[in-house]
Amino acid sequence: MSSTTLSVSKISVRNLTIRYGSFTALSDVSLEIPPNQVFGIIGPANSGKTSFLNAINRMDMMRSNMQVTGSVHFNGVDVRSWRNVYALRSKIGVVFPLPVGLPLSIYDNVALSPRLRGLTDKTQIDEIVERSLRRAALWDEVKDRLTSLGSLLSGGQQQRLTIARALSQDPEVLMLDEFSIAVDPVTTMRIEDVLKELKQQMTVILVTNLVQQANRLADQTAFFLDGRCVEVGETRALFDGQVRDQRTNDYIEGRFG
Amino acid sequence: MHPAATIDTNRFGAEAINLKNAQVQKLVMILLGIMATVLVIPVVMIVITLIQRGGPAISWAFLTTFPSNGMTAGGIFPALLGTVWLVAISLLASVPLGVAAAIYLSEYAPQDHWLTRVINLATINLAGVPSIVHALFGLGAFVAFFHLGTSILAASLTLAVMTLPVVIVASWESLQSVPQAFREACWNMGATRWQTIWHVVLPNALTGILTGIILQVSRAAGETAPIMFTGAAFFLPHLPSGVMDQTMALALHLFTISTQVPGVPDEIPFGVALVLFGIVLVVNTFSIWLRMYLRSKKKW
Amino acid sequence: MASQLSSQTDNASAGDLRNQDWYLDKFFQSIMFLCGISAILFVLGIFIFVFKEGSGFIIHQLDWAEFFLSPKWRPTSATQATYGTFAMVAGTAAVTVISMAIALPFSFGAAIFIAEFARGKTREWLKVIIEMLAAIPSVVWGFIGLMIMNPLIIDTFDVPIGLNVLNSGIILGLMAAPIITSIAEDAFKAVPDTYREAAEALGATKWQVVYKVILPAAKNGLLSAALLGIGRAFGETMAVLMASGHALTVPTSVFDSIRALTATIAAELGETPVGSDHYQALFAIGIFLFSITFVINMTADFIVRGIKNQ
Repeated sequence: MSSTTLSVSKISVRNLTIRYGSFTALSDVSLEIPPNQVFGIIGPANSGKTSFLNAINRMDMMRSNMQVTGSVHFNGVDVRSWRNVYALRSKIGVVFPLPVGLPLSIYDNVALSPRLRGLTDKTQIDEIVERSLRRAALWDEVKDRLTSLGSLLSGGQQQRLTIARALSQDPEVLMLDEFSIAVDPVTTMRIEDVLKELKQQMTVILVTNLVQQANRLADQTAFFLDGRCVEVGETRALFDGQVRDQRTNDYIEGRFG
Repeated sequence: MHPAATIDTNRFGAEAINLKNAQVQKLVMILLGIMATVLVIPVVMIVITLIQRGGPAISWAFLTTFPSNGMTAGGIFPALLGTVWLVAISLLASVPLGVAAAIYLSEYAPQDHWLTRVINLATINLAGVPSIVHALFGLGAFVAFFHLGTSILAASLTLAVMTLPVVIVASWESLQSVPQAFREACWNMGATRWQTIWHVVLPNALTGILTGIILQVSRAAGETAPIMFTGAAFFLPHLPSGVMDQTMALALHLFTISTQVPGVPDEIPFGVALVLFGIVLVVNTFSIWLRMYLRSKKKW
Repeated sequence: MASQLSSQTDNASAGDLRNQDWYLDKFFQSIMFLCGISAILFVLGIFIFVFKEGSGFIIHQLDWAEFFLSPKWRPTSATQATYGTFAMVAGTAAVTVISMAIALPFSFGAAIFIAEFARGKTREWLKVIIEMLAAIPSVVWGFIGLMIMNPLIIDTFDVPIGLNVLNSGIILGLMAAPIITSIAEDAFKAVPDTYREAAEALGATKWQVVYKVILPAAKNGLLSAALLGIGRAFGETMAVLMASGHALTVPTSVFDSIRALTATIAAELGETPVGSDHYQALFAIGIFLFSITFVINMTADFIVRGIKNQ
């Protein structure tokens, strides 16, 4: 326990505020996300969870109306000091609520990221594709039809394909945004098992609308409400009712949301 | 306020009204159908007339020989070839520029920015400029100012400026039809904007862009005014030897032999009109077919 | 501190291959931007070059009152050249009015039919054929006016010449119809389905829905469609040159031959010495044409934008 508190945070967020024009999506959030943990973020819809993820990998750059103030440090370096944000993003894998199968073959979907990095060696790419698909628990289901379209897979398989694609980047951080919305319960459990494995090698940020999912997976959990971080702490403690704010308890117990 | 109650109490009245409404409805539909048909009839009539009166003139020799006897006999070969030249070079100029402009508007330009707005307005206006004003521009800019003289190059560039807005709009629509989620997914995995465009957006928009470009072929082939004073000639006894030469063109040839040259037997201009319309028709049909085919093959 | 430093350098060299991509991205962004603003450059270019060619005449010699009010266009008169465009403006206006009188009802009718009534194959075929109508080159239209419509009008109405306002009005009407139809159809499609459903739930028939709900809701779109149609008819050159008779008169009936502004340039530019007053006067007409279509297009866009902001 003491060793984790001593080590440097993987991501540290200070006074983060995000606005879209006059609408404030997130206000004054400060968080420390330690490495090799699953960090859960729970909260009802529109509480700023997705905007929070977008600020970490600097997606505000791609959106003309998104303004970010405050700071996000990745490995101790302010993400704004990265001139080459693309290199930053390649260290952070993202999984969306709805799986996005690019209209490419299963193989090309996973090979895209290594290819964008400039990798051309076929055997190396083959290796990365296989490893990523294995880690995402999809390899056995698709190994015989790698050349068929990724968008023809089932919803649950597509979501694992998205995870495989994110893993092909060899990310230091994996951010999942309500990944189980369009996925059946069995696949959800499989992906959860995958995540438990993955945290040995990377930091996982798990935004979820399922309180129990956070309980199952997260080492620490933050509760977002109306653009504010109401509470953050050890997951076990939060779910045992050791909360500073009554609203956290109400949400966890399902009284609103 | 209470429709259910009204219907119940006015059962018979309501039915009578419904019957009358149904008749009006039917009448209106027939009337509108006729109006739509009125727009269809000319197309059919024109096709039939052109085939009837121009058909006899069409032969292999007609397409492959020079006009003779002061253009009152012979074929249309140099005009046909000239049109191919003009269309090809104009597309060479307008397609890269137009597609790139569409990429800027669709992929880079910030929404609601004044510059984006001005570009859109300029594109709309460019599309609305009368073709004869394009001719004046071509004459002032390409022929005189850039010293290209009256040449295939000057005429093609004039055509290119004229077709540019349509290439931009068609490509833009095609790019916009690629789901935003694809771009987001690429950006999030660390792809640059350009990599995203090159690897994901363009391949998925390409066929749609192609459809738009094919339509431009027919438009450029049929234009007369913009090339009249910039590089197309009424008659030339030889083929152009390069892009700095003048050329004959099918559209201008039709104008010339039907208004400027006396004593041309009717079937020749009808034949030229048929060839010109035939080219346009074939290209259009191909483009429409391609569009329908692609719609059925959509990957997402 | 040490870890801070190492990640700083990490960050600077983060990119081995990726920095190259960063530069490439910036490079292409600049290229695309330059191409993106080309439309603006061309519109400016058209104005500047057309104005430049006619500027000497426009600034020093042009008698504005004569230019707009006199019907006498005698640019080649040796003794006293006059440059009045009134007859051409009147001719162009007459043809445009006739063409719209023909195009607007049929286009709007066809658009309603396609958008609200026709289904499946009928609809697809109608759209395809109307698209074909749009594809017929203007010189072919002019040829049809000259060879088919001309004798037809002479026979039907027993008039000496069939190349007149009526002939070119019908031709321009048919040319403008596909554009008006397609924009009007877009305007109908832009009316949200909830409007239709709400009206149908109240027991309205399809036609009542169209008449009471769709037409009012699509009003601005239709207006903009009409404006763009006018712009098209107004700026058309070859068809009107061949089908209007090219006679310099202020028309008093649809059977009068006229000469359009656009046709005048097309017919005379080839025969005027470069830089002469006549040559420059033709460019002055060009500026006039450009300005009017500019205003028409801006207005149409303004109206459409008005819809979107609602």
